[in-house]
Amino acid sequence: MICEKTKLALQTLFPKAAPTASDVTIDTDAREKDKKKKIEPRQNGLVERDYAIHGYHLDAQVAAGQIIEAVTILDEAEFFIEAITGVDWIKDNQLEVVYDFCRYDFDLCRVVIRTRLDRNAAEVPTITDIYAGANWHERETHEFFGIKFLGHPNLIPLLLPEDADFHPLLKDFKA
Amino acid sequence: MSSPIELQSDETFILNVGPQHPATHGVLRVKMEMNGEYIVEAETVIGYIHRMHEKMGELKTYPQYLMNLSRMDYLGALGYSHGHVLVVEKAAGIEVPERAEYIRAIMVELNRVASHLFWFGAFVMDLGGFSPLMYALQDREHILDMLEAVTGSRLTYCYFRYGGLYNDVDDQFIESARKFIPRMRKSLKKYHTLVTGNIIFRKRLEGVAPLSKETCRKYGASSAVARGSGINFDVRKNEPYSVYPEFDFDVPVYHGCDSLARYNVRMDEIEQSLRIIEQGLDKLPGGPIMPKKKPKIIKPPVGDYYQAVETARGSFGVRLVSDGGKTPYRLKLRSPTYSNMHLFDESCRGMLISDALAFMGSLDLVIPEIDR
Repeated sequence: MICEKTKLALQTLFPKAAPTASDVTIDTDAREKDKKKKIEPRQNGLVERDYAIHGYHLDAQVAAGQIIEAVTILDEAEFFIEAITGVDWIKDNQLEVVYDFCRYDFDLCRVVIRTRLDRNAAEVPTITDIYAGANWHERETHEFFGIKFLGHPNLIPLLLPEDADFHPLLKDFKA
Repeated sequence: MSSPIELQSDETFILNVGPQHPATHGVLRVKMEMNGEYIVEAETVIGYIHRMHEKMGELKTYPQYLMNLSRMDYLGALGYSHGHVLVVEKAAGIEVPERAEYIRAIMVELNRVASHLFWFGAFVMDLGGFSPLMYALQDREHILDMLEAVTGSRLTYCYFRYGGLYNDVDDQFIESARKFIPRMRKSLKKYHTLVTGNIIFRKRLEGVAPLSKETCRKYGASSAVARGSGINFDVRKNEPYSVYPEFDFDVPVYHGCDSLARYNVRMDEIEQSLRIIEQGLDKLPGGPIMPKKKPKIIKPPVGDYYQAVETARGSFGVRLVSDGGKTPYRLKLRSPTYSNMHLFDESCRGMLISDALAFMGSLDLVIPEIDR
């Protein structure tokens, strides 16, 4: 139920409008895919995942400018924030920011919002104005990956030493 | 002799609680701006025991990483291992025998009781009552003995394997677990007479540190912090995993939103965990504890996987991004206390410092788990 509603709401972010087959691709069994297939950077769009395999229902990749809009949709649907993190796709020269959301409800719906950024200019607007709890998660992602959260009230290292100028979770980081 | 410092009524001063302070239960520092006894502003400073478990996850192969999880939360370690093995099994498509899943659930629940017992003792000690800790530790000792006999360690277990377990339980374990349940029930009654009804205890907690549902949602709070604020959310029920759907148990929810509600939730959870252990022992099926077919080298297929479990401290999530290699491409650990602690800064404004410390205790903090 709530998954359907959220899906429709999130689809408005992708202007191709009509939910055609190419818009919502259903990933039925990831295991059957060729294991040697290279990971290619995904295009922006909404994908419905098989919960039994991936552990979440909706997976939306949006442009960095659309983050606020996407998170507002989830806030209005009473989602709570699980975590924010990053992934370094060094071969594509990209950094990915991943936002996890879930609801305090028996009508289970896990939503993942992600955005791909240029590795040399990784900047994304903060969502602390919507979710106050994003504060620490964004600080952590900033120190681990060097992703800048524009408009964050206090973007200083959280877990690392206060004078840390390195980003340990980048793939080219050497201790 | 110097004269005592006199402050104007609107003047504030900075007070550092921690990083080495018994009330913070670990290396946690809270910078508080105080006006007399009242907190004007607080800033939590974490990261004193940060060990970068997530980077270790990327550098070690899957089996090498198994022991890291129990170093996160030293009081309820098995719950964290459970989340990790579940996500890898899901990704790599490893079947787990039913007996192994039952034993896992029993062990995790025993560990949860042990964790709640320690929290109970430490929490009451924060409020000035020393003896309940001794009683609680005595009961906890029984659990640790049982777990030690089966898993080989008392605190930092490395018991779960991908696909099953390291060691099967024997008759002696089952016997002592069965004996433990009535003993613990009796102790719970004792705790309630000793502590729950105590008027000083209640006055320190009732109506103190209110947390609204909205605050919980904005910060992503879980465990007793959310359930004490009237949110019926327990991953074991809301997002059933492992063999939990087979068990008949309740999720205690209190609507007080105060520190007492959070206390009550955890105390009731001990009873619910005992129920699960009891049913688990009754239903325990025979059979192997490791699958017959298991890949020698674990290489989950390319993809992005997520698994949430309910640990003693709340909703713990593992995100595994695999590129098909021997090590994870990215392993994110979503720790529950991290979110629970985060709401402290906002919620303790205007509170008396003594109430704030009671509030901190009611959040059930384990610092290595926040810092990872």
